[in-house]
Amino acid sequence: MDMRLPAEMASFASPHHTTGIALGIEGVHKRFDKVTVLQHIDLEVRQGEMLCLLGPSGCGKTTLLRIIAGLETQTSGRIVQNGRDISWLPPVKRDYGIVFQSYALFPNLTIAENVAYGLVSRKKPKADISARVAELLKLVGLPTSGEKYPAQLSGGQQQRVALARALATAPRLLLLDEPLSALDALERIRLRGEIRRLQQQLGVTAIMVTHDQEEALSMADRIVVMNHGVIEQIGTPNDIYERPATPFVADFVGKVNVLPAVALGQGRFRAGRLELHCSGEHGDYTPGQAVRLYLRPEDRAVGHEREGQPNRVRGEVLKVEFLGSSCLAEMQIDELEGQSLHLCFSLNQLHDLGVHAGARIDLALRSERIRVFPAIAGGARL
Amino acid sequence: MSARAATLARPAVGGRRLGLSREDIIARGVLLAVMLFLVLFLLAPMASIFARAVQDNDGNFIGFTHFVEYLQTPALLGAAWNSIWVAATVVVISVPLALTFAYALTRSCAPFKGTFRLIALIPLLAPSLLSAIAFIQWFGNQGVLKPLLEMMGLASIYGAPGIILSEVYNTFPHALMILLTALSLADGRLYEAADSFGTSTVRKFFTITLPSCKYGLISASTVVFTYVISDFGAPKVIGGNFSVLSLDVFKQVVGQQNFGRGAVVGLLLLLPSIASFLIDSRVRRKLRAQLSARSVPYAAKPRRGFDALMAAYCALVCALLLAVVGMAIWTSFIKLWPYDLSLSLRHYEFALVDGDLASAYTNSLKMAVCVAFFGSLTVFIGAYLTEKTRGLELIRPLMHLLAMLSMAVPGLVLGLGYIMFFNHPNNPLGFLYSTMPILVLSVIVHYYTSSHLTAVTALKQIDNEFEAVSASLKVPFYKTFFRVTLPVCLPAVLDIARYYFVVSMATLSGVVFLYSPDTILAAVAIMNLDEAGDIGPAAALASLTVLTSVAVCLVYAVATRVLLRKTQAWRNVARH
Repeated sequence: MDMRLPAEMASFASPHHTTGIALGIEGVHKRFDKVTVLQHIDLEVRQGEMLCLLGPSGCGKTTLLRIIAGLETQTSGRIVQNGRDISWLPPVKRDYGIVFQSYALFPNLTIAENVAYGLVSRKKPKADISARVAELLKLVGLPTSGEKYPAQLSGGQQQRVALARALATAPRLLLLDEPLSALDALERIRLRGEIRRLQQQLGVTAIMVTHDQEEALSMADRIVVMNHGVIEQIGTPNDIYERPATPFVADFVGKVNVLPAVALGQGRFRAGRLELHCSGEHGDYTPGQAVRLYLRPEDRAVGHEREGQPNRVRGEVLKVEFLGSSCLAEMQIDELEGQSLHLCFSLNQLHDLGVHAGARIDLALRSERIRVFPAIAGGARL
Repeated sequence: MSARAATLARPAVGGRRLGLSREDIIARGVLLAVMLFLVLFLLAPMASIFARAVQDNDGNFIGFTHFVEYLQTPALLGAAWNSIWVAATVVVISVPLALTFAYALTRSCAPFKGTFRLIALIPLLAPSLLSAIAFIQWFGNQGVLKPLLEMMGLASIYGAPGIILSEVYNTFPHALMILLTALSLADGRLYEAADSFGTSTVRKFFTITLPSCKYGLISASTVVFTYVISDFGAPKVIGGNFSVLSLDVFKQVVGQQNFGRGAVVGLLLLLPSIASFLIDSRVRRKLRAQLSARSVPYAAKPRRGFDALMAAYCALVCALLLAVVGMAIWTSFIKLWPYDLSLSLRHYEFALVDGDLASAYTNSLKMAVCVAFFGSLTVFIGAYLTEKTRGLELIRPLMHLLAMLSMAVPGLVLGLGYIMFFNHPNNPLGFLYSTMPILVLSVIVHYYTSSHLTAVTALKQIDNEFEAVSASLKVPFYKTFFRVTLPVCLPAVLDIARYYFVVSMATLSGVVFLYSPDTILAAVAIMNLDEAGDIGPAAALASLTVLTSVAVCLVYAVATRVLLRKTQAWRNVARH
């Protein structure tokens, strides 16, 4: 795929590339009969950013996207696009391009006719249209497929055509509804890079719905994590992964160990017979309060990284799960009765430290990485 | 910011709807028009029957007087009983015959299965009168096989025996189609499991096959039962003095002009239809659940003895079916049965050129073409708008209900409703009465349900987001409809058109109340010719109807193949 941005493509780039709010969602609420699907969603989408709506199925992310597109109606709340209130406009009167999981290519039209579909009705000269179609097909890496029918292309190629069709009319907003979910693993990884580069080149604001955290982490400028119709956290991929705002986010994005513990005050907590120091954001817990400590598998120090670190522990490897370039070891820490930790080691560490079932390993649990949440029944949010 | 201030002053209220674009208004307008069509031409006529049943001939309310009178007339009650036992007898004969036939087609490796299947479906193409005429020729007073009838101890074919024979012939393909579907849904793994225990063929049939097509059997039985109860052609021709409900409606209305009594009998006729409609829709839901369950299709293995037996059975049934059509065609060519058996075209000349009914065949052709064209278009557009557009959520279920309801109304009752509704002096649509358009509309409505279901099935198979995509591209939905949806669904639309054509050529019960001398149709003419004793011309017209439908089906097969190769090139492309 040709990744250079041709000069004539400048027309695709959004004029407000820098800052500013492309889309404002204000108090959007959605009820189907008696089921509340979205609860007072407030969200601002910045010009030119790629925003991912991430969450498990049924969290309301697709409903939110369809409300933005005008395919569903909100029960209450407003949607403002570039200063224009579009809350109650029918889809035809809104400005966006959309790509669906099912591609939704017109099967009886050629690839070129599919891409030109939105251009033809704008009464542009034929030569202009075919030039634009050629540009777009080149942009998505299918310059010679114009005469083919959708059924002749692979899934990934069809989704590229759908993308070209959505971008053809130079919309200021691109909506992507699980665009990669129907593709096989390899094609998915290739296309997610291409969509991201294209979106950045054209500077088009994009909102993508996905249930795949890896997809969201690798593509998004910002991620909106949703659960049960509410926003759990909005942040950059780094924020979301390293500083999850809620237990749900910590649990849903990446792997995490959860340790029941009791606060001792001043960033100290007791889990089992182990006293752990927490130097990151650890909240203000009164001594004696029950909490849960969240620790990712890679947040451990081994070998000489341990020097000068608090939270030194020793444990026995129970079993090792091989994952390719790394492995996940289930360990019984000596002072943590009845609870094992899953810790991640690179292949090199596996060999250097002799990580295998039955081995005893010295570690430190990284104090700045431990996240603390109050232990409310069911692990609910604050 | 002024925009924001303006909208803040008008807070968003729950339950508010999106603004309407021009396209939304068009979509809703057309959908409402289709619904209005069904309300006017299905619901309103039915309501008129109900109203008429409690009025006297001058329109005064008389409560249930007609019902009470009816129940006190033993002859009329006898007709109801006759209808029921004749229909039950036909079910008992027709369904097992069809089950065995379907079993042979799906579970054996008998040769010529395709041909057998085609021959078995021929009765669908004929008016129900044709079989009655043929059976009169075979077994009637001057019939070829009259002695055989006497050997069996029957004095005459006229009456119940003739009706039963004709209706078995007429209902056979209806039962067969349902049972073919039911049997082809079988799970092959059950049979493999049974084989691994060494289960006998007979035991497999009773423990696996029969239970798995239980719903198919119930559905086929109700369809056959309703068909016989509401059919009017066969009893009219071969029934003699044997009275049944459907003939009763005809006699009350056409013979005695007693509309109130006619309405009561019409309502009685509606009862078994509605009952079997309810049973059938329940059963179909279960059938669909079976279909969606994961199963491995059964593949028959060759077994020489069994296959030969099944082939012999199919050949016998097909020979009998062909003997019926064949007799009708033969009758249409011989000069004067049974005295002069030389061949001639005089009956065709009489039926098409000389007689008073000469316009009947061309009228039927005209009507069939109109019904095929307007019917397929109306049905497809109606189904498209119900399935693929938004808005009007409250009245959308009504559209589905109306589309399904038409199946529950027998043609005779629908026709009766049309008389009462459109012939009413205060109806502004009265000008339609006894014109060609009302015939066309009545046939479209009468066969709406299966056409609607065909269209819905085709529409469900295409991507649900076409309308969303075209809205995002600012292309009106109707452009996408004509450019994408209609071409993609063309095979289904053509299928509906062919179905409408064939049923229009053959239908009698719905139109028998609605024709005028100018708009007389082939099926009605056959009935009148037969009544006048012109059995030769009647057979000629009946044969012509069958041959026309056969020809149309052949043209359809060839034309769709050519057309589809041109318009559906995208279907057959190989992936590179």
